[in-house]
Amino acid sequence: MSETLTLDTPASAPAPAPRTAAHRRAVRNRRLNWIAVHSLGIAAALFFLLPFVFLFLTSLMSDNQTLSANLWPQHWVWSNYVNVFKVPGFTSWWKNSIIYSVAGTVLTVVSSVPVAYALAKFRFPGRRVAMMAVISMMMLPPQVIIVPMYLVWTNQLHLTGTLWPLIIPMAFGDAFSIFLLRQFLLTIPKEYLDAAKVDGCGELRTLLRVILPMIKPAISAVALFQFFYCWNDFFGPQIYLAQNPASWTVSYGLQTFHSAHHTDWNLTMAATLLVMAPVIIVFFFAQKAFIEGVTLTGVKG
Amino acid sequence: MSSTTAETGLSPTPRRARASKPPVAPALKRKRRRELRVALAFLSPWLIGFAIFFAYPLISTVYFSFMHYDGYNPPNFVGLKNWNYVLTENPYFWQAMRNTLWLVVVMVTLRVIFGLGIGMLITKIKTGAGFFRTAFYLPYLAPPVAATIGFAFLLNPGTGPVDHLLGKLGLPQPGWFNDPNWSKPSLVLLAVWGIGDLMVIFMAALLDVPTEQYEAASLDGAGPFQRFRYVTLPNITPIIMFAVVTGVIQTLQFYTQAIVAGQVASGVISGAGTNYVPGYPSGSTWTVPQLVYNLGFQSNDDIGSACVVSLVLFVLAMAFTSLLMRRRSGLMGDD
Repeated sequence: MSETLTLDTPASAPAPAPRTAAHRRAVRNRRLNWIAVHSLGIAAALFFLLPFVFLFLTSLMSDNQTLSANLWPQHWVWSNYVNVFKVPGFTSWWKNSIIYSVAGTVLTVVSSVPVAYALAKFRFPGRRVAMMAVISMMMLPPQVIIVPMYLVWTNQLHLTGTLWPLIIPMAFGDAFSIFLLRQFLLTIPKEYLDAAKVDGCGELRTLLRVILPMIKPAISAVALFQFFYCWNDFFGPQIYLAQNPASWTVSYGLQTFHSAHHTDWNLTMAATLLVMAPVIIVFFFAQKAFIEGVTLTGVKG
Repeated sequence: MSSTTAETGLSPTPRRARASKPPVAPALKRKRRRELRVALAFLSPWLIGFAIFFAYPLISTVYFSFMHYDGYNPPNFVGLKNWNYVLTENPYFWQAMRNTLWLVVVMVTLRVIFGLGIGMLITKIKTGAGFFRTAFYLPYLAPPVAATIGFAFLLNPGTGPVDHLLGKLGLPQPGWFNDPNWSKPSLVLLAVWGIGDLMVIFMAALLDVPTEQYEAASLDGAGPFQRFRYVTLPNITPIIMFAVVTGVIQTLQFYTQAIVAGQVASGVISGAGTNYVPGYPSGSTWTVPQLVYNLGFQSNDDIGSACVVSLVLFVLAMAFTSLLMRRRSGLMGDD
């Protein structure tokens, strides 16, 4: 009895608890609760992580083994990850994905920041309507406007089969990025802007010198989201790039991979994991900014 | 003319003279006009974007919905013929609508419930919280195409690891993506796997609930369920509403996973070709956005009918978006 009590005291230190049966029950409950919560957590973690583990193990199997009932590789065929790059086109998909993602991200950030700043901090007639238009654009399913857009890109501009129809629109502001940056800008007190004006800064200088350093977290979140969006984009490449395999990106090329290599699940899984890799690596380096960004989309109730 | 000089302050005398008279109004007007000009300059990239990538294609979609157009020969006016074709004759439209509606109801409900559950779990976990948070979040990051191909492999009847495990445990082994009754539930499973976004949003909302309210409820003798019902739920209702409405809009656009799952499971993948029958198996994974792609780009370049389906999708999405724009939603921000 005294044993348990000495063990318990540190946990309930602030209130020198009466050493009663009720107190012991509370301690036991807390422990049971801890076990229940963490068992549930482990079960959930298995659900979320096991698919990755299975994909990884399969990517290291020999050709014959992938269709067998064995879940563990008999021989660890690391060369699958080398052979995958010998698949025709695979390297050029990477090049295209990197161009699309990097150019798209840079253009989106540069074009969206001033718009978000104006929507958050300027008073002008039609501000509310402009904000509604941004939200409408953000929520617009891409399929709604795809037919006329495709006709322009193909009939007038003759640019289908290149990355241009995917990249150029990013130079005109992205609704979701504008929305997210504006949400963040609203939290910056007006006094900072007034102070900058008193010091004789124009709007542009205020934005570049005062605001930009303050909204770095939001900018990294937006850049990450946009990078992931471009990297993952399937619909855009399917519409604009399908006709020219040399212009394919990894997300689009990946789905053709399996047909070319029918039963080679090992190579398909190696390619699949390689396509996931950049996103996950970037996430690990920028986890904090990313989580902040997601939280920001949920807005304060 | 005079306003320019006053604005630049090059000639102080006339300005002082005017300022001493009925002041404010003209000066204020000038200030407003200047502010509007600056605002327009800052907004200009997006204003151009709005016109080119939103207004123009939208109007154009309405126009083409009344035209017969194959993309090459000049369009000609056919009245409501396309509308009639899509709503009464196209064999897939109502199937796609039913599938999309099914996905909206089941997928959004399960994602919100599961996301809230995982969000609550993560706020309770004390040991190794960082590891669990990352583990729960990771699947959300997997590119949709890669995740779908991965699941198609895991669940592949006869050869997939999940199938083997279920067999060993003596559990039923459904056809997953190859069985019309299981294909949509399999897509829901995939969507629930990628719950990370909702988990983070709910986690933030749950941590914002004032702890005094829980303490007060406990003092009043409320158990865990009552605390959840009378403290947690009312506090996070706005976030739940936000998750539901954005979830509905996202699910209306549900496209990539459905199309990739059908293609991988059917074993027929067309790179640039068009010989794949969508909606595999038996049309059970047709969704409305796929029909736009199919009519406009895949089958017979029936651009008019594709635009009709686009407009149906537009009306559905905007109906839910208007819910988000009500003042109470918090989306519109401060004013």
